[in-house]
Amino acid sequence: MKIYSLLAEKKPDVLKKWFALILETYPKETSSFLKSQNSQTRNPVTQAIYEGIEGIFNGLVHEDDEDKLNIYLDNVIRVRAIQDFSPSEAVSFIFSLKEVIRKELDKEICDPKMFKELLGLETRIDSLANSAFEIYMKCREKIYEIKANEMRNWTYRALHKTGFYKEVRTEE
Amino acid sequence: MAKETTPEELVNVDYEAPKKDWTETPVEFREGMYCYGSRPVYLQEVGFPNPREWSPADEDWKLPENWKEIVLTAMEERLSKYRSFRVFMDICVRCGACADKCHFYIGSGDPKNMPVLRAELIRSIYRKYFTIGGKLLGKRAGARELTEDVIKEWWYYFYQCTECRRCSVFCPYGIDQAEITMIGREILNLLGLQTDWIGGPVANCYKKGNHLGLEPHAITSNIEYLLDDIEEITGITIEPSFNRKGAEILFVTPSGDLFGDPGTYTAMGYLMLLHELGLDYTWSTYASEGGNFGFFTSMEMAKRLNYKIYAEAKRLGVKWILGGECGHMWRVLNQYMDTWNGPADFMEEPVSPITGTKFENAKSTKMVHICEFTADLIKHNKLKFDPSRNDHLNVTFHDSCNTARGMGIFDEPRFIIKNVCNNFFEMSSDATREKTFCCGSGSGLNAGENIELRMRGGMPRGHAVKRVQEKYGVNMLANICAIDRAVLPPLMDYWAPGVDVCGTHELLANALVMKGEIKRTQDLRLEDLPGVEDDDDDDDNNEEGGE
Ligand code: SF4
Ligand code: SF4
Repeated sequence: MKIYSLLAEKKPDVLKKWFALILETYPKETSSFLKSQNSQTRNPVTQAIYEGIEGIFNGLVHEDDEDKLNIYLDNVIRVRAIQDFSPSEAVSFIFSLKEVIRKELDKEICDPKMFKELLGLETRIDSLANSAFEIYMKCREKIYEIKANEMRNWTYRALHKTGFYKEVRTEE
Repeated sequence: MAKETTPEELVNVDYEAPKKDWTETPVEFREGMYCYGSRPVYLQEVGFPNPREWSPADEDWKLPENWKEIVLTAMEERLSKYRSFRVFMDICVRCGACADKCHFYIGSGDPKNMPVLRAELIRSIYRKYFTIGGKLLGKRAGARELTEDVIKEWWYYFYQCTECRRCSVFCPYGIDQAEITMIGREILNLLGLQTDWIGGPVANCYKKGNHLGLEPHAITSNIEYLLDDIEEITGITIEPSFNRKGAEILFVTPSGDLFGDPGTYTAMGYLMLLHELGLDYTWSTYASEGGNFGFFTSMEMAKRLNYKIYAEAKRLGVKWILGGECGHMWRVLNQYMDTWNGPADFMEEPVSPITGTKFENAKSTKMVHICEFTADLIKHNKLKFDPSRNDHLNVTFHDSCNTARGMGIFDEPRFIIKNVCNNFFEMSSDATREKTFCCGSGSGLNAGENIELRMRGGMPRGHAVKRVQEKYGVNMLANICAIDRAVLPPLMDYWAPGVDVCGTHELLANALVMKGEIKRTQDLRLEDLPGVEDDDDDDDNNEEGGE
């Protein structure tokens, strides 16, 4: 579709603007920190988010399948799932892509054919949001699972502590 | 329990960026970010003040009536006692070099987790009550009134600092936020504001000699259980001694190594190595804890707990002490033990009985780190290895904050690993050695209720591991710290699934060729060694096939 090749050309601008909108979801001191650093390890949050949105964007314009896109969604959401965001805030960054694209293709979408293509793309972005919610829930579940596992390990330790575990083992 | 997210919440997407000014807002206690308050019995056991039932989520923290006086007096005392504290309160020029170096800030994005702001929480009170400018100019001089809300904020954020010292590496003035946090926590402790996860181990250790409150029979029986496994793997029967008077060396390790995987495999590693050397050493069921949670409450408590190691060394009449792989245990030993309880003149300067090497760095404390001891053995060709037994592992090494920034051990564990493994890969230099990222759960924050905090704080570490996992196929994260062995597995589970965690002496013992051992077909985890045929199994199979 034409819209994809158009967007591919505008990739640097789209990513820059999309990234800027995501940074606005952080407190102002933090967003400037996230913006300023380049080193990947020094600033792993920026890296995870940037690589993630770049992957999502590429996936959209190259019409990659869902599995591939999910890897990049995971990159971003895994981080936001443990930060101070409500569930909707954690995944809302998907929708800001729509905003960026509409602004970026302001003129082009006056053409009805192009507008139709845009709607098609937006439907894909919406379905991406569904996957994003799912990934978010999986991340949260993982956290609860980790917590539950730790509790289990402590119970196991408590059994050790009393020597009970050893007795059971010997009896076996 | 987990807060369920409703579908309504999920679709209610806010297109507007949330605008919060984090520095202006009073502290909001978010579940998953803080530890439970200590139950009174733990405080009573060691004579800490204000024992009572309380929860950080309560409005009323049941502080003593004269709490303000207690805090200000405590600050005054510490300002005159520790020159460093006063200097740290005065000299920060707010250059911001430390701001983005804290793993909690990087992971959370919460500005109050910037080291400079964390210090500001207490510095603003210092200005108000201890400087003329602050007294006169108040807010304009960065001063503020001491209120209960300030105490709550201290508590929330001083327990979101793992005392890892990473920020101090980048501060041009060497301001060490870890020291400020320690003092902050010490003052909070005077109001009875202790966490349950720290209070419990302290009380246990005080009464029974270790954090888990294990009695002597539980310690010996657990070690016996590890010995059974060693026998199954190597065919070698090991009989270590306990509380043996006249032994040359006392071995002390964190009790976490004796319980809970993967720490237990590291303990098996020690047992195998020390047996192979035929070392004249003993375990103690009384000084059965290398770690020191007292260090997370007050210097005085840390000193009291630390003393039992020397007392036991004296009772047993050993010449010197060998210490296992632990983090804060070594920070305490290296930075404080000698001042508190040393010099330990009743012992001798440690000398390796195998190589004759004198450990001059331990001249005064008389306590040697097992990695230094082992690296020296390898250097002198005293051990035989078959590193191919670790060939299925692609290993990277996590420097624990305490051993790295607290005592400068960087090369010994790497030297050991490279001798016992064929596949070793370093993480980025921004995330190793003195710049290492914390596990996010140190300094007593390894509780279960604050798991979100731990996942945030461990994000930079997790991310650096994920990088080498993607690049080199790393599947094992080695370390030399018992807390790491407990907390890195869940951290990896979230950030780099598929990466396992081990102590360095586990890797060593897997590769160690022992006198009289049977053909190894299993590793220390009783898992089959890939590519190694079990001769007996083959026979069994043949027999079964013949039936
Ligand atoms: S000591 Fe570590 S945890 Fe504490 S503020 Fe500094 S970097 Fe953060
Ligand atoms: S680096 Fe040091 S001087 Fe600069 S803001 Fe941080 S603590 Fe202050």
